[in-house]
Parts: sequence; structure tokens; C-alpha cells
Amino acid sequence: MRIEGKGRIDRGNKISFRFDGRDHHGFAADTLASALMAEGVRLMGRSFKYHRPRGVLTLGSEEPNALVTVGRGLAADPNTRATMQEIYEGLEARSQNRWPSLDFDLMGVNDLAAPFLGAGFYYKTFMWPKAFWEKLYEPVIRRAAGLGALSGKADGERCDKAFAFCDVLVIGGGPAGLMAALSAAQAGADVILCEEENGLGGRLRYEDEEIGGGRAHLWADDMAERLAAMENVRIMTRTAVTGAFDQGTFGALQRVSHHLAKPGKRPRETFWRIAAKRAVLCAGALERHIAFRDNDRPGVMMAGALRGYLNRFGTVPGRNVAVFGNNSDAHRTARDLAQAGVNVVALIDSRHDAENLAGDVPFYPGAQVVRGLGRKGLDGIVLRLPNGREERFAVQALGVSGGWNPSVHLTCHMNGRPVWDERLLAFVPKDGAVPGMRVAGAARGRFSTAECLKEGADAGLEAAKALGFSGDLPRVPDAEAGRYRIGRLMAVAGKGRAWLDFQNDVTVKDVKQAAAENFRSVEHMKRYTTQGMATDQGKSSNVLALAVLADATGREIPETGTTTFRPPYTPVAIAALGAGAEGKGFAPERLTTSDESTRARGAPMIEAGLWYRPSYFPRAGEETWRDSCDREVRMVRENVGVCDVSTLGKIALQGRDVGAFLDFVYANTFSTLKPGRVRYGIMLREDGHVMDDGTTARLSETSWVLTTTTAAAGQVVRHLDWVRQAFCPNMDVRFVSETEQWAQFAVAGPKARELVNDLLDTPIDGEVFPFMACAERQICGVKGRLFRISFSGEHAYEVAVPARYGASLFGLLADRAEAMGGGAYGMEALNVLRIEKGHITHAEIHGRTTAFDIGFQRMLSGKKEFIGKALAARPGLLEESREQLVGLRALKPEQPLPAGGHLFETDAEPIRENDLGYITSTCFSPTLGETRALAFLRNGRARHGDRIRMVDHLRDQVTWCEVTDPVAFDPEGGRLRD
Amino acid sequence: MRITCPICGERDRREFYYQGAASMLDRPDPDADGQVWSDYLHLRDNPAGLTRELWYHEAGCGAWLIVERNTVTHEIIGTELVEAADAD
Ligand SMILES: [Zn+2]
Repeated sequence: MRIEGKGRIDRGNKISFRFDGRDHHGFAADTLASALMAEGVRLMGRSFKYHRPRGVLTLGSEEPNALVTVGRGLAADPNTRATMQEIYEGLEARSQNRWPSLDFDLMGVNDLAAPFLGAGFYYKTFMWPKAFWEKLYEPVIRRAAGLGALSGKADGERCDKAFAFCDVLVIGGGPAGLMAALSAAQAGADVILCEEENGLGGRLRYEDEEIGGGRAHLWADDMAERLAAMENVRIMTRTAVTGAFDQGTFGALQRVSHHLAKPGKRPRETFWRIAAKRAVLCAGALERHIAFRDNDRPGVMMAGALRGYLNRFGTVPGRNVAVFGNNSDAHRTARDLAQAGVNVVALIDSRHDAENLAGDVPFYPGAQVVRGLGRKGLDGIVLRLPNGREERFAVQALGVSGGWNPSVHLTCHMNGRPVWDERLLAFVPKDGAVPGMRVAGAARGRFSTAECLKEGADAGLEAAKALGFSGDLPRVPDAEAGRYRIGRLMAVAGKGRAWLDFQNDVTVKDVKQAAAENFRSVEHMKRYTTQGMATDQGKSSNVLALAVLADATGREIPETGTTTFRPPYTPVAIAALGAGAEGKGFAPERLTTSDESTRARGAPMIEAGLWYRPSYFPRAGEETWRDSCDREVRMVRENVGVCDVSTLGKIALQGRDVGAFLDFVYANTFSTLKPGRVRYGIMLREDGHVMDDGTTARLSETSWVLTTTTAAAGQVVRHLDWVRQAFCPNMDVRFVSETEQWAQFAVAGPKARELVNDLLDTPIDGEVFPFMACAERQICGVKGRLFRISFSGEHAYEVAVPARYGASLFGLLADRAEAMGGGAYGMEALNVLRIEKGHITHAEIHGRTTAFDIGFQRMLSGKKEFIGKALAARPGLLEESREQLVGLRALKPEQPLPAGGHLFETDAEPIRENDLGYITSTCFSPTLGETRALAFLRNGRARHGDRIRMVDHLRDQVTWCEVTDPVAFDPEGGRLRD
Repeated sequence: MRITCPICGERDRREFYYQGAASMLDRPDPDADGQVWSDYLHLRDNPAGLTRELWYHEAGCGAWLIVERNTVTHEIIGTELVEAADAD
């Protein structure tokens, strides 16, 4: 119900929304929780395990009970805290974890079975029989337990990510945070002020008190305006700082459009990474509960929340209210309620010596609430008086305060442990727990507003000064300075179930049972009972559970310790954490200059790393990829083919010492290479295995171009940078990747020169341009590069032009090739051509093979030092029994030799112990009319001509084959020298 | 985590590639004993405390850095260029 004249909502602005299919009304500035409370709704959810009816407990993000699903379908947001969700016109929310309805939930029978469902229930009950787990237990448990459900569909791009930088990050916009931001900003620091709620003020928004002679919440509004007007202050509301990380990096989740009826193109949430030179944590404090029998009935709330709903929203959950606490702050709730005209039936303070600070309300010092009454909503409480007599009161709401816990969470994210304060009966942060971060105000146990203002101002200025700014403290206004007093009461003794963790349904008895079963470590107790493991992370219950465990094990709280606070402080959707990294954000597309033309020719594309390359170019009448591939292979062998090879890494090197540098990074020698010539090279890792291979062209005395495989382009640049900077700092050599600056096309086949000459300004012949020649040449009037190199084994060239001419050159080459009876070819044909020639790719140099294994041992120069030389000479890497590169031909020509298939002697059982090697690459060779493969075979070079058996256990394939030289076609290489 | 590249300034760790211990800089003599080479390749200290590590500013200037870091506190004590370290 709503109290006339109370609250800071806009009563002129009525808003309609729906909850569980029913129409409701609230006012602008209401949260879903406050609006439902005003409408008399107390039951807002069902608990996770026992499906107990639950109502709203808090007014912040720590809320364990009032979790709802907002929206429908893809736009549905499950587990939204009703305490944080602002209402808007047309908002639609549904309760969770109930069936068929919130009011009548069949799974509520779990509650009756509770004696059997205690701590460790899952571990004990479902152990046996094993097969039942997957088929029976897990599905049943999954259906019965749980909170809201996701749509199950891809989320789309509804979240965003962003980065921010500042001198001083102020976390929390309450009295301490406002003053911290002001003093840091006045000193000249760039300040970001993050506040989880939708406006600044913190607790001041929920209190009835004065600052500087005026209303405290209006002072906060003034401060917000003042800060907003400062150029060096950025205020980020609805932004929860969720984690503190190394070197002043903070994670923060901003709710961008949850509160908007029409979000438009705005993201739902933005995950921020904020780099701050200094931080001031003003995160305030959270109230904790007291455990007593049935303390979870809807209508039982935190006392500070009860008062907050009254002061900020003008709502109370019932006309007759009691307040139960162990500390002085609970009295404020009774006072505010009474002053607002609510019937305060009792103020119960467990401290025998407590004084009544609430004014004219019935006061019960030294008493305890032993039980909540009612089922779907509180209708009474049972009080135990100091003399042991029990008394009943009819109330619809009970505010409970077990004391306040400073929000130390962020101070623990870098391994800091909080310290138990015996005076506050709470954990307080350890100084310096996060480098560069100071804690001020309630977050370090200074609970009065006056202390918060003063501490905030000090901390903000200190932070700025540490960065070299200077300034004076701002004037700190007068404010409430009452002293907080608390007496120890965590759990009320008595029968029945007293609840600790509302989200995971953990009771005092569960924690005691864990202790009895010797789960005495707090971390063990937590996992055994699931205490604090739900989305609220036990914010209102962990300290209670700890105290119960300490009692049960005869220890004090400091020696019992606390569980580890880890990021995030509040739940963060994976979609927000991973924003921007879905789909193409995760795997961006790299497109070659021929991409458009290639797709226009109908070529299906395949991925090569992030690149997209044509698989094959289908023509009319061709039914399968094999038809096209076979034709393209024949085209290259008999005529001419064109293929985009721009994806290969291209690294330009310049300097007098390039030759010497290449001698050091390549196993073979490059310094002897003459300008105008190209050489093939292999590069080893320091451990002696092959890293990459490719050709390097010397365009002039001091200018070279090195190529890498498509896959290893990045790795090779990194490696070259490493070798040069670490081992060759005095060499005159500089290099840069120019992979994307050049478009490069292979032109291969007997008619390759004819086609190339068509486009060269000055034609070439075999004399001026022999095999392995290179030069800068004018191509259609454009300065480009020409290389006579061949991956296909045919007379071939690679033509390179600046990337902006790539599309046009590809079109010209492909069209003219077609006119000559050839055409473009794709990756399938390229692969067949190279397998026929025994040319390796990363299928063969996959990181576990050496130059010896691939038959290139003789390339390792004995005359010079190079990377990998020493370790490539290890005896174990040179044994004849190693798996060596061979060719294979299927004895029945069409039988497959699948890559991944393993090799065995013809008479050996195909088991691991008899394994002789494996196939790396395979194709049907239209040139040879048989299935060919490249493989690694033990002692393979000595076995050419032998028959062996290929067994592919996965595809259930057995193929008899003959071992051959890897080079199956034109072994003398006459065709490419032609 | 943030690392200061001597060339580019302080940057987010996502710009860097992590390699491993800076002992990779102490490349043995070409004709050093096989055991020396094997130790160079395989043996790494795993200290709780100060380490010297190699990081590569891959999404930046391409410089290899020696980063001195405390594995217990995650504090970064300092960074220097591999190239400069070697040149003296
Ligand atoms: Zn850099």
C-alpha cells in the first residue's frame, strides 16, 4: 500500500505494467518491487529448491527473492531483480520457478519433503545406480530446480562493450562517493563516478534526514547537478562496477535500456572496461538478516529496505508492522514508519541494554522474534520476551536488521582478505588490498552520514594528490552523526527451519549438519550446503552462515575465515561480457580483392583462417565438386589456370644485412641469392622442428620479399621481430608485413607465359625470365612484381599488383585464361596439383615434423649458424625409424585414402601398437587416374614400392596401397623449367 | 592488466602477446653442449615473486619487451625493450 504524502515519486505520472498477466499501475520513479508492493503484492517468487513462497527482501541489487523475467521471446531477460527494474509503460514481467502459477506451485511439495532434501542431499542420494544419473536424476532435478530460463535462441547483438579512462574512479554515488568525486575533480583530476542505481545519493535517497540544514536527498540532487556541470567529471549511473583487476582496470556493467519502453537501437547493456589511475571505493554497506524460524515469509524484509520503500516510494507491505533488530539502526525504521502514520506494533531489539531511539512505539528490549507466521504472506510473529514468555503479534510486515556489512567485495578481488571488526560485528576491508584504491565511508564501516561525507572528501583529494594534483578539501556540510551500536545475534535458537540463504534454500540446520559431517572449512561448508552460491552470492546471509559454522565448530569468526569474494559483484550476462565477439566479431572475415568476382563466378567459399577462398569454380554440366576440381586440374596441366594467392603472407625486407638476417632465420642460405632471383626456404623453430616454408625473392641488392604460408603469416612476423630484436640488433635490416597491400595471382600451365605476356608492358621469354626469376615489371601500365615460381609443378608465374588493382587484374586474367581454354581454379584443384607434386603445406609441417622427416635434411646448411640448428641435430630427430614423408597410391584407383587414416603392415592387426604412421593429405589425381596421398611412415624413404594397409577406424575404411616417392608427377621437374 | 610499452605507452594487455621467460634471450653458443641447449629450450624457473618475461606488442609497434612482474601481487615493476637490452 501507498502512504499519502510520503515518497519521492512522480504521482502525476501514472504508468501501467503487467505482472503474471495482471494489469498493475505505478508511478514514474517506481521500481517493479515498489510498484507491486504499493498494489499489495507480497508474493513475488518461489525459492530454488523447496519452492517456498518468497517476497521482496531488499531494495537493491543484492535481492535474493524477487527475481522475475522481463519481456518475451528473444527479448526476455530472466532473473531480473524487481528491486532494480524501473517500471515503464507496457512493462511485462513474470514470476519464475513456479508451475502452474506463483500462487499455486506444484513443486511446493518439495517443501514437505524437506527433511530428506538437506545439505549434501545431491551428493548422497544420486550416487547409485550410475546409469540413473544421466537418464533420470539430472533431467528431473534440472526441471524442478532453477530460476528463469533463456530463450534458447542466439542473443543477437543486444549488448555492447566500451572502454573508458580516468584519473580517479569513484565507485558508488552515495554521500562518500559524491564528496570524493567533488574533491578529486576540484583538484583537477579526470573523474568517473559510477553508481549502480539510476540516480546519485546512495542511502540518502532512502533516508529521512538532513544535510547542511536541508533535506539530504535534495542535497544529493544538488551535488549531482554540480558534478554534472564539471567538465572533468563523467557520471555513469545504472552502472555497477563488477570487478577490480590488475593495474587499475575495472569491469563495469551499465544497464543502458532496461528501463526504456522503446530502447530503439540502444544496446540492452554495455560492459565497460575502465582504466583508472586511482580509485575510491564508496560502495556503502548491505544489511544482513537474522535467522529465525520461517524468517522467509513474504512480508519479512530488511529493516533498512522497509524504511527505504517508505521514504523513497511511499510504500509499505502492510498496515501493521514490527521491527526486529540487534542494532541501533533498526530503530530508525520504526521511527520513520511511526512518523508516517504506520502502525508500528513492536520494536524488538535483542540487546537487553538497548535504549529506544524510535520515539513513541511499543519497545521490547532483550526480546527476540522466534517465528514468522503465515504461508504465502506474513500474518504474524511470535516474540520471546526476556522472561521466556512467548507472545504473538498480528503483523503483515516485519523489518529485520542483523547489522550492516561494509561492501568489501571489490577490495577482495585481488586476493585481499577482509578483517573482522569485533565492534561492528562485520568484516571491514584491509587497507591497500587493491593497489591504488582507497575505501571511504560505510564501505569501511563508517556508517554515519557525517563520517561518510568527511571520509569521501578526504579520499577523493588524496587520490588526486597522489597523481600530482593539488587542491583544498571542499566544505563538508553538517549531517547525521548518530553512533551505530550492535549486539551479537545471528541466529535465534529454536526449533524449525531458520533460513540463511534464501536463493539456495540453506538453513541453519544445513550448516550445522555440514559441520557435523566435518565440512568445517568455510569453503567446504559453502560447497556442501550451496550457501552463497546463488546469483546474490549470499550478500545478506554469508556472515550469518559463517557465524553459525563458527559456533558449531567452537571457533571464533576470524579463525573460521570467510569465503572468497570474486568478480563479478553483481551478475553479468555472458552476452555482455562477450559483447562484440559474436559471429563476425569473433571471427572477422578477411576478403581478397578477387572476392566479388569469385563469388560472381559461383564459387563456393571455404575458410582459410579468417580468409575466404574459392573452393572451386563450377561450370554448366558439372554436378559435383569433383567434376569441377578434376576439370580445373586438367586445365592447369594442359592449358592455363589462374588462382588468387594473395592470402600468403608477404613480408618486405630492406637493408644491407637482409641476406645475413635470412641466413640466420632460415635453415638454408639466402645471402648468396642474386638480385632478380627467388629461392625456396624452410624456417625452423629453435627446437629444431619446421615452423614454415615459402619463397623469398631478392628484387634488388637491398630489397627483398619473403612469403609465408597463409596459416603462419602472423607467427612468422612475430618470429622475425623476435629474432631481429633479440639476436640481431646491430644488423641493417627492417621489415614490414605487406600481405594486404598486394594482390597476387598464380598463373600456371603450359600457356602461362602466353597469358602473362598479354598483360606485361614488355613481354618476357625463357631467356630473360627463367624458372625462379623475379623482377618489378609494368603490368597493364601498373608497377607490379613478377615471380616465376610454381606450386602446381607447371610452368607458372605469380603476378602481384598493389591491392587496389587486384580486382581488375583478376578479372582480366580469369577472362583471358577462359578465352584461351583455361580459367580460374580454386583450393580443391590447388590442393590436388600440389599433392601430385609432393609439395607440403601445414598439413605436413604441422609442428611435430622436422626437416629430416619431410626429406629436407640436406637443406640445413652446415656452413652457418641458424635458428633451430643445434636442436635439429639431436640424435632422436635423425633416426631412420622416424615417420618420414612418403607418397601413397591406392591399389584400387578409386578407393579413398582419407587424411587421418593410419598405416599398418599388410598382415598386422590394426591396433595402436602396430601403428606405422598416418595420412596428412589426400586427393583423387585426375592426372594419374588414382587416389594419391601424402603420409608419414616409419622408415618410409626406404620403403618406396612396399605394399601397406591403410585403416581408418573412424570411417571404417580399409585401403591397400603402395608406398611411393612423395613426388608422383613429373619428378624431374621438366614442366616448370620449360 | 596494463603494460607500459616503452614506445607506445600504457596499453591494455589485450594488445600484447605473451611468450614466456626472458631466459630465451640467453641463447647458447652455436657449439655449446647439447645439454646446455636442452636446458635453454626446456628449463624454466617458476618463481612465486619476481619474474622477467617476454611480451610482444603485437597489436601495437611490434616491439618485444622484457616485463618484470611479480607473480604473487601481479605488480609490474618495469618494462624495457628487448632490442635496447641487447644492444648494450
Ligand atoms: Zn608498442
